[in-house]
Amino acid sequence: MSSRQLLGRSIDLLIVLFGVSVVVFLMIRLIPGDAVAIMLGANTEVTPDRIAELRGRLGLDLPLPVQYLNWIGGVLHGNLGTSIWTGRPVIEEIAANAWPTIELAVLSLLLGAGLAVPLGCFMAEARGKGSEVAVRVGAIAGLTIPSFWLGIVAIYAVSKLVPGFSSLGYVPFTEDPLGNAQRMVLPVIALSLPILANLSRLVRSAMLDALGQDYIRTARAKGAGRRLVVYRHALRNALIPFVTSVGVQAGYLLGGAIVIEQVFAIPGLGRLVLGAVTERNYPLVQATILVMTAAVVLVNFVVDLLYTAIDPRVART
Amino acid sequence: MIRFIRRHKLLSFSVAFVAVQLLLALLAPWISPHDPFVQTMVQRMKGPNPAYWLGTDHLGRDILARILYGYRTSLITCTLAVGLALIVGGTLGMLAAFYSGWFDRIIMRLMDVLFAFPILLLAIGIIAMLGPNTWSAALAIGIVYTPIFARLLRGPALVICESEYVLGAKAIGASDTRILFTHLLPNLASVVLVQASLLLSAAILVEASLSFLGLGAQPPTPSLGLMLSEGRNFLLLSPWPAVFAGFAILFLSFGFNLLGDALRDSLDPRLRNTVR
Repeated sequence: MSSRQLLGRSIDLLIVLFGVSVVVFLMIRLIPGDAVAIMLGANTEVTPDRIAELRGRLGLDLPLPVQYLNWIGGVLHGNLGTSIWTGRPVIEEIAANAWPTIELAVLSLLLGAGLAVPLGCFMAEARGKGSEVAVRVGAIAGLTIPSFWLGIVAIYAVSKLVPGFSSLGYVPFTEDPLGNAQRMVLPVIALSLPILANLSRLVRSAMLDALGQDYIRTARAKGAGRRLVVYRHALRNALIPFVTSVGVQAGYLLGGAIVIEQVFAIPGLGRLVLGAVTERNYPLVQATILVMTAAVVLVNFVVDLLYTAIDPRVART
Repeated sequence: MIRFIRRHKLLSFSVAFVAVQLLLALLAPWISPHDPFVQTMVQRMKGPNPAYWLGTDHLGRDILARILYGYRTSLITCTLAVGLALIVGGTLGMLAAFYSGWFDRIIMRLMDVLFAFPILLLAIGIIAMLGPNTWSAALAIGIVYTPIFARLLRGPALVICESEYVLGAKAIGASDTRILFTHLLPNLASVVLVQASLLLSAAILVEASLSFLGLGAQPPTPSLGLMLSEGRNFLLLSPWPAVFAGFAILFLSFGFNLLGDALRDSLDPRLRNTVR
């Protein structure tokens, strides 16, 4: 990729990140009425004087653009605000809760994407009248099974079948690798199923596209074996759209993780943001949404770069 | 008719599948065997039996009745949400294509920004502002899906704007509104129909997730997501509410997804690879 393209992509990235920060900033400022009273109500009696005093301290009496600049200046220096209830910097609370979510998301992506490639190839090869409909219906069912329901049913089934199995909560891998693996199995399976359905369908259609290309016929005519053609020639090309889609899954994964964490009582970012919403801990809500969204945007940016790196056709245009 | 069904087996099946569920929701007040709010404590947490076909929940309410009414809650919320996204997003997308230039650039940048958020996370943020209830959930899902319709309609609208019949209409002095309504809209109808059905399917899952998290419908509203979260608390005593509510969500979402998929094939085979 040329440096000009890289520059263009980076500018796009900055514009989106700027927009995201503005939306997140406004989200909290636009709360109807009495956010400040609620913030005060946490510790003290609410009086008009106190509200005015806190507004002044928080800089809420300044014009909006000035408020934004103050806020984003802090964010860029790693100051995302302080939690209303604990008084700790929210960045610490986010850091303390990030690891379970990252582990859950990464493992689910690996499982879903890893199984999607062989399953998609299998689906492409088993192409025929009868299996066509089965493949389609199966993939749609996989996409529309509520993953949190799957999680609940799995908890129930496991509790009946394997009485000693602890499927709820979270133990860090460094403390107890086996306990960590045991508690991760069910949530990861539940979260990865829609990804598997989505990506395997994609691999299948990309494989069918690739197998119909001229270079496949040429390879076959040269005398290359069928397996070699499928895995060496077709699969390599079919993986190009696959890589882009893996990036798109990042957003789904974080959203899905919020619900799955709730089902399995995993103390991650999802639980953090939900708790903050119920407690009306606005700075924490704001910061968590900002951090998670920025992470998704950055992942997509990197995937985009990878995509141009592996597909020389894109790099040249 | 019979020939149509033969030729479009999948489409006919999905239409019937969705229609049955819509009817169940629509006729809930007349066909529901019990009142979804009445609590019969002596009958709580029963499995399926002749009096309560799908059993009762932890407050002794009929699960079947709550599912039928839950269908209504879910369908009303999601239809509102997708309708809102379609009207706002579709309008923005078409106007962007029609006026192009800086207007196009600003609108689409805005849509890029909204699109960058993980769907559920943005919805949670919006609900945090508005307070948790069914209407906030509908509005939040609507906002989250707005960029999807804007992007979806901008592309084909651009092509149509460049087409000869629109140029011709412009040449004979047709007004902007006339071109929008008589040339642009009818040509985009099939794309919209397919996407609306697919998004409805996704919205049903999002709405259920939000209610499950306590951010959508509030008790005692009959809601499928809420049934799941309440059922989860009594799971080991009685799995029935959670199991049946989950099937209901699955069937509803599955039906609309299959419908969208089948519609895409039947309306225009060429769309298969372009839409989505």
